[in-house]
Amino acid sequence: MTNRKDIKSILIIGAGPIIIGQACEFDYSGAQACKALKEEGYRVILVNSNPATIMTDPELADATYIEPIQWQVVSRIIEKEKPDAILPTMGGQTALNCALDLDKHGVLKKFNVELIGASKESIDKAEDRQKFKEAMDRIGLASARSVIAHSIEEAIQVQAGIGYPSIIRPSFTMGGSGGGIAYNREEFVEICERGLDASPTNELLIEESLLGWKEYEMEVVRDSKDNCIIICSIENLDPMGVHTGDSITVAPAQTLTDKEYQIMRTASINVLREIGVDTGGSNVQFSINPKDGRMVVIEMNPRVSRSSALASKATGFPIAKIAAKLAVGFTLDELKNDITGGKTPASFEPTIDYVVTKIPRFAFEKFPQADSRLTTQMKSVGEVMSIGRTFQESFQKALRGLETDADGLVEYSSNIDEIIKELREPGPNRIWFVGDAFRAGLSIDDVFQHSKIDPWFLHQINDLVVTEKEIRKISISSFNEEQIFNIKRKGFSDSRIAYLMGCTEEEVRNYRYSINLHPVYKRVDTCAAEFETKTAYLYSTYEETCESEPSNNKKVIIIGGGPNRIGQGIEFDYCCVHASLALRESGFETIMINCNPETVSTDYDISNRLYFDPVTLEDVLEIVNKESPWGVIVQYGGQTPLKLAKGLAKQGVPIIGTLPDDIDAAEDRERFQKILVSLNLRQPPNRTARNSDEAIRLAEEIGYPLVVRPSYVLGGRAMEIVHEQSDLERYMREAVKVSNDSPVLLDRFLNDALEIDVDAISDGVDIVIGGIMEHIEQAGVHSGDSACSLPPYSLSKEIQQKIVVQTKKMAKALNVIGLMNVQFAVQGENIFVLEVNPRASRTVPFVSKAIGKPLAKIAANCMAGKTLAQQGMTHQITPLFFSVKEAVFPFIKFPGVDPILGPEMKSTGEVMGVGKTFAEAFIKSQLGSSVALPKGGKAFLSVRKEDHLKVLDIASSLINLGFILVATKGTAKAIKNHGLKVQAVNKVAEGRPHVVDMIKNDEIDFIVNITEDKRAIADSYEIRRNALQNKVTYYTTIAGARAACVGMNYGEELDVASLQSLHKISS
Amino acid sequence: MPAILVLADGTKFRGYSIGVEGKVSGEVVFNTAMTGYQEILTDPSYKEQLVTLTYPHIGNTGINDEDGESNKIFAKGLIIRDLPIIESNFRSICSLSDFLVSEKIVSIAGIDTRQLTKHIRINGAQSGCIASGSYDEEEVLQHAKKFPGLSGMDLAKVVSTDKPYFFDEGEWSLGAGFESTKKTLYNVVAYDYGAKKNILRMLVSRGCRVNVVPATMPADDVLSLNPDGVFLSNGPGDPEPCDYAVKNIQILINKKIPIFGICLGHQLLGLASHAKTLKMKFGHHGANHPVQDLETGKVFITSQNHGFEVDEKSLSANLRATHRSLFDGSLQGISRTDTPAFSFQGHPEASPGPQEMSYLFDEFINLMIKAKKK
Repeated sequence: MTNRKDIKSILIIGAGPIIIGQACEFDYSGAQACKALKEEGYRVILVNSNPATIMTDPELADATYIEPIQWQVVSRIIEKEKPDAILPTMGGQTALNCALDLDKHGVLKKFNVELIGASKESIDKAEDRQKFKEAMDRIGLASARSVIAHSIEEAIQVQAGIGYPSIIRPSFTMGGSGGGIAYNREEFVEICERGLDASPTNELLIEESLLGWKEYEMEVVRDSKDNCIIICSIENLDPMGVHTGDSITVAPAQTLTDKEYQIMRTASINVLREIGVDTGGSNVQFSINPKDGRMVVIEMNPRVSRSSALASKATGFPIAKIAAKLAVGFTLDELKNDITGGKTPASFEPTIDYVVTKIPRFAFEKFPQADSRLTTQMKSVGEVMSIGRTFQESFQKALRGLETDADGLVEYSSNIDEIIKELREPGPNRIWFVGDAFRAGLSIDDVFQHSKIDPWFLHQINDLVVTEKEIRKISISSFNEEQIFNIKRKGFSDSRIAYLMGCTEEEVRNYRYSINLHPVYKRVDTCAAEFETKTAYLYSTYEETCESEPSNNKKVIIIGGGPNRIGQGIEFDYCCVHASLALRESGFETIMINCNPETVSTDYDISNRLYFDPVTLEDVLEIVNKESPWGVIVQYGGQTPLKLAKGLAKQGVPIIGTLPDDIDAAEDRERFQKILVSLNLRQPPNRTARNSDEAIRLAEEIGYPLVVRPSYVLGGRAMEIVHEQSDLERYMREAVKVSNDSPVLLDRFLNDALEIDVDAISDGVDIVIGGIMEHIEQAGVHSGDSACSLPPYSLSKEIQQKIVVQTKKMAKALNVIGLMNVQFAVQGENIFVLEVNPRASRTVPFVSKAIGKPLAKIAANCMAGKTLAQQGMTHQITPLFFSVKEAVFPFIKFPGVDPILGPEMKSTGEVMGVGKTFAEAFIKSQLGSSVALPKGGKAFLSVRKEDHLKVLDIASSLINLGFILVATKGTAKAIKNHGLKVQAVNKVAEGRPHVVDMIKNDEIDFIVNITEDKRAIADSYEIRRNALQNKVTYYTTIAGARAACVGMNYGEELDVASLQSLHKISS
Repeated sequence: MPAILVLADGTKFRGYSIGVEGKVSGEVVFNTAMTGYQEILTDPSYKEQLVTLTYPHIGNTGINDEDGESNKIFAKGLIIRDLPIIESNFRSICSLSDFLVSEKIVSIAGIDTRQLTKHIRINGAQSGCIASGSYDEEEVLQHAKKFPGLSGMDLAKVVSTDKPYFFDEGEWSLGAGFESTKKTLYNVVAYDYGAKKNILRMLVSRGCRVNVVPATMPADDVLSLNPDGVFLSNGPGDPEPCDYAVKNIQILINKKIPIFGICLGHQLLGLASHAKTLKMKFGHHGANHPVQDLETGKVFITSQNHGFEVDEKSLSANLRATHRSLFDGSLQGISRTDTPAFSFQGHPEASPGPQEMSYLFDEFINLMIKAKKK
């Protein structure tokens, strides 16, 4: 074995919070890297600010630092841990940039640490647009014509030679951040300004447009002996112009002859050699002119990426794991291919005998002001992957796996103008408009002219529409075996067939059962069945022979959460993974069902068996039928499996843990109210309205302001605070579709209440509190968007005790077995129950990391029959340090969106800061979410009238911290009256110069901006947006601002501590 | 039109026809390459074989007039999961199905090719019969059983050229097409046992004047052509019955003429050097096989297509193993220690497959340069 013996310890840098362009794929890669290196006997040190990751589980590394990924902080870790090497290629752009910073500031040299996996030179060469282009020239590969600019003036000047449309790509950014396509001068200047700002090196690449060309990706792995292998080729269905993260992609490449494929293969290996990626995985992107095959290199990433996670799941070849081993000197021929049980080496190229489709998932419904047209800047928040034996099957499985209420290629529009517009200017739903175009009678050539999607794909989609028409002609009573087999083979779901035939899904299912037609399961084996595999990585398809070979063991199925979205992300995957690991340890055979390729749960070695299939009733039922599990867990994967609970229970599926009926009792407003009344617990006054008139009448009864929302939602979808009747009328008219089956919930909004989150576990008899979290933002900000502290930093012991008692009462009443999350509002001495969720919550991983107990694992064992006492979980643990969770937002990606917090969740991820005091933990949480607390300067304050008194202590804190205060007139007056020095400035509407001018001129360093009603929010939008754009630290809540003052007042240098050492002192 | 594949052991796969009506039998083999069906179909090494491709969509890029490895389809039948609705590629001139029909090939689609592949993996390559149109299943089975198998079958003679000819087309590149003949520096005689065009092209592009001769041409006639080197091509069937070839190669070896063999040519060099060949269970057919160069330790991803192999245990003292498969440890390359002759079991000419073994052609050129200097 040739692995390096001169290295003993390795620091792995994670990717930080989930943001657009950097999601849980880096937890998947990082977790693999940790395991791979530990397995080889290296001491692994890990830094990642994201507590919701598997990689930050304390067992995965020898020392785990949940600290901001920022070179100063990482430098402290290096000083303390003295690693021999840093592996920066597992944590996305964040880790690469941090590594470059460590180098730039001399930290690597000072502590004699070596970068492994990628050198500074290769990172530079790959990421610096100009150097990359020069490198490609040297190896004779064409790149798009392009020029470099470092200022707007330069950009305008050099752009003349490129013409419109032109593509703008900022250097050293991820997910195409700050880039775009400009069709005219105005757009060009706007995008360049944004891009210059986004690029840490203030550098732009302005490039000729290859719009409409075909786009491909190659996943390459190289070892120190220059052995190179291609793991997977990927073809984008959406041609050039749409970021690959936002494109529908298909593996393997479909429309290349062998000659063309080999040109691309050789080129991608040459790119790695030239860039100098000595070991590890990289991704190289190409574009091909469909008219003559001219090939152009677009870019490469000298690290594992979202695409490499996809390629790993698509082929069964674990790129990150192998890359980590190569980084310490192993060569590919020394490593084994796990999936074939080690019978074959890792030095081969996977070959697949199925088609993989990835479709991105968007969240524009959360950001109605955002431009939903897809460009070179990534906008999607998650993705679904599916596997089928043909493109049609794979494609339709992906469509229904997305969970956007589409059970296939459903109808969106019959308006021909709208259809054509959507084809020409792709938005999040273009693919459905392709179907609509065929339904509306457009020819394949028309659709090609508008969309430039390769005719190969268009013919396949058109055929689905043709088949659809045939299905419409059949009735369920005249269905025959051959017909339904052929239709199922094309990937049509039962519910889609039912819709087209005009019958129920159950009727289609019953017919299928009556002729014994079920999907079979084939294995993902990296080798197209050339070698035998024992690895149960399976997908469903309609073929003749099934390879599932289920065992007779005692089995538990865990249903995953599907694609990431705002409100349902990595936290739920973390819980599913923990359930699987815990139950495996307890002797069960575990089976995972999920379709999200970014996740750890879909790693084939997490569970005994993995079914990579859509999480729909049909797909889950088939797997349950095949496996006959002892139990099925639905409470860990978020809303996705919960929505299936009733349907599964109806079919007799053995759901373990809290029963679906009890879950319903907690979610159904009226049933829950009865329980609270019987327990003598308080709720904010509330009502349930089933139509608009009723809503208005009921609102009068409980009084304004109100929190209004539809029932059964996650992430506060369409949740608003309304202050008066006209607001409510607008809400009922525009924001929701209200009906008897989906009522609207009205809650009296509690002004200035503290919000408290509690996670608890019950085994059915005993209940133990996992953690009590005090929100920093007041009630009214979605719990997923507010920062919180564990232990609480201001809540009295008495109130905490009462909360514990109330939580336990509710757990008993709801017969909870497993996890439960409660949200309380505390107004003075009064405690109100806001909601109870008898399922895994978003905060479970955070609490687990803070208290050092794996709540999800313990709760999974409870569901499987173990008691809390048997697991040693007998009392609440209050850590001796503070942990602060802070949310991370995607506002910067969506120009035009107001970055204000409210009852609808908008964050994509979270970070955790730990410290000896609340202040230290808070600063770290801010640093981790890329908010730098200033050390003085000018602070701008603008608050509502109601807050004039509350802002005073903030004002005096700021003055004590050395800030000069400026404020809008009302606020200024209040501060002045209190004897503090402040200067009044104009609001935007009050004439110039106004506060936005000052922000734009970099005169403001800190902003406190509190507004509430619609009008004021509109007025102050410019302030928040410009603050965001100009990277000025701002707070939109009094509580947040207050916490920031406490943080800024923390004088000591930030210390770093590993989770392992913190847990030791707490336990 | 319905079609069926019946294996000699009675296993049946029902699908639909994508070629002409009829009935053909042969040895059923699988190939795991995801691209390159045109090259595979036209490769003479597939003579008497019914080939199934494990990738489900075959025909995506149609057929073009540049990627053929010969001028016709040699495979006896094609077995696939799905023929796509349309082909899409700027070089395509017709669809795969049209090509199969025009070449009168019986072929089947719509079957569970993964199951077929597993069946072959477990039970070994076996005889089978594809029938399309109207057929009696029992008759098809009898037909399958009647196919004698490739062991002992000399097919090189069958596919070889009747008359010698000069090949003057160089390598293909995108946009420029085929390279025209350069100044020729080396006089190469290529024994055609079923040669793929891309081998000849790679020789031409390296300055060889390539004289393609029939498999049976006596060594003396070859010597009279004054070759700087002799190339032993790939080809179908069992090497063992090709005693004429073995005898001729032995004469050429004794003359210490540089010799380079590929695939069947490799097996024949082995036999000529008194090694033994074996029939493999289901052979190597794919474009992802790792092969290690035993001298440098470097691993190459290679294209493979063979059902027979040279038994490493039978190598005599004057034969050195140069390459080995990392999939199953089988012998992949040999070199004579006493004369400038070497050979490779896989396909360094790629087509289809990775092109990284092309250095073997350069080695052949180097042997000729060295021999010329002497």
